[in-house]
Amino acid sequence: MSAAVIVFPGSNCDRDCKVAVERSTGERVEMVWHGETELPKGLDLIVLPGGFSYGDYLRCGAMAAQSPIMQAVKTAADDGVAVVGICNGFQILCEAGMLPGALLRNAGLKYVCKPITLQVANGQTRFTSGYQGRREVVMTQGNGDGNYFADAQTLARLEGEGQVVFRYVDNPNGSVADIAGIQNARGNVLGMMPHPDRAFEAELGSADGAVLFQSVLNAA
Amino acid sequence: MAKVSVHVFLKPGVLDVQGKAVEGALNGLGWTGVSNARVGKLIEFDMAEPDEAEVKRMCETLLANTVIEGYRIEVG
Repeated sequence: MSAAVIVFPGSNCDRDCKVAVERSTGERVEMVWHGETELPKGLDLIVLPGGFSYGDYLRCGAMAAQSPIMQAVKTAADDGVAVVGICNGFQILCEAGMLPGALLRNAGLKYVCKPITLQVANGQTRFTSGYQGRREVVMTQGNGDGNYFADAQTLARLEGEGQVVFRYVDNPNGSVADIAGIQNARGNVLGMMPHPDRAFEAELGSADGAVLFQSVLNAA
Repeated sequence: MAKVSVHVFLKPGVLDVQGKAVEGALNGLGWTGVSNARVGKLIEFDMAEPDEAEVKRMCETLLANTVIEGYRIEVG
């Protein structure tokens, strides 16, 4: 497998993601600066990391979604390459129109940072197949704007097509339908607020995040 | 050259938690008649060749996320 992590100005989980994917899969991960217009050839996975791209100015992810590299990311996704957006990366995917809906300020107004239990709402995706039917996994949450919103029609489509991948067991931010992560209709673009990159070995409190990256590897 | 103002607000029906917090604070300070507080953004800039259609494109592309936000443009 070959993977790349996109680095935006203000990303702060980019190195975490690189280490997480490398240690989870044993594969090398390239770092790609957002100002580039081309991705390395032959990628199986592109990760948009967490952080505060462009200082969260205007809206979280709004500026990053317009970065030069995003055109190449969209083209790669259209070609079937797996894309995982984590936290700020999820916000960027929504702002870029690669996933439906948007992330609002947490309903409680507070930044939420803690380990969190997720229900695997769809275990038949290329991101979750490795959980082998497990219903719950533990990862870490850390965001101020993680309150997923979509209108009723979009929500019905997400639910109907099995595009809701993860749900919060105990909703920390007011997300509609307890949604923590969704995928696109084709099933190759995943956006999620919790961090698999902060839960890839037991020393971190959970190794459940590693399984997500391994699932992508096995599907590639 | 014209001064352009773009007002961006969350759409009705989208929970405005900042507005709710401001409203609660004002109520708590004694302004009990305050309700429906909304917090939005005002973006101002000078435009060499003012063109409302172009400003609308700016809103749709970057300034507003039309999934959750509406906007109002003032030129001049």
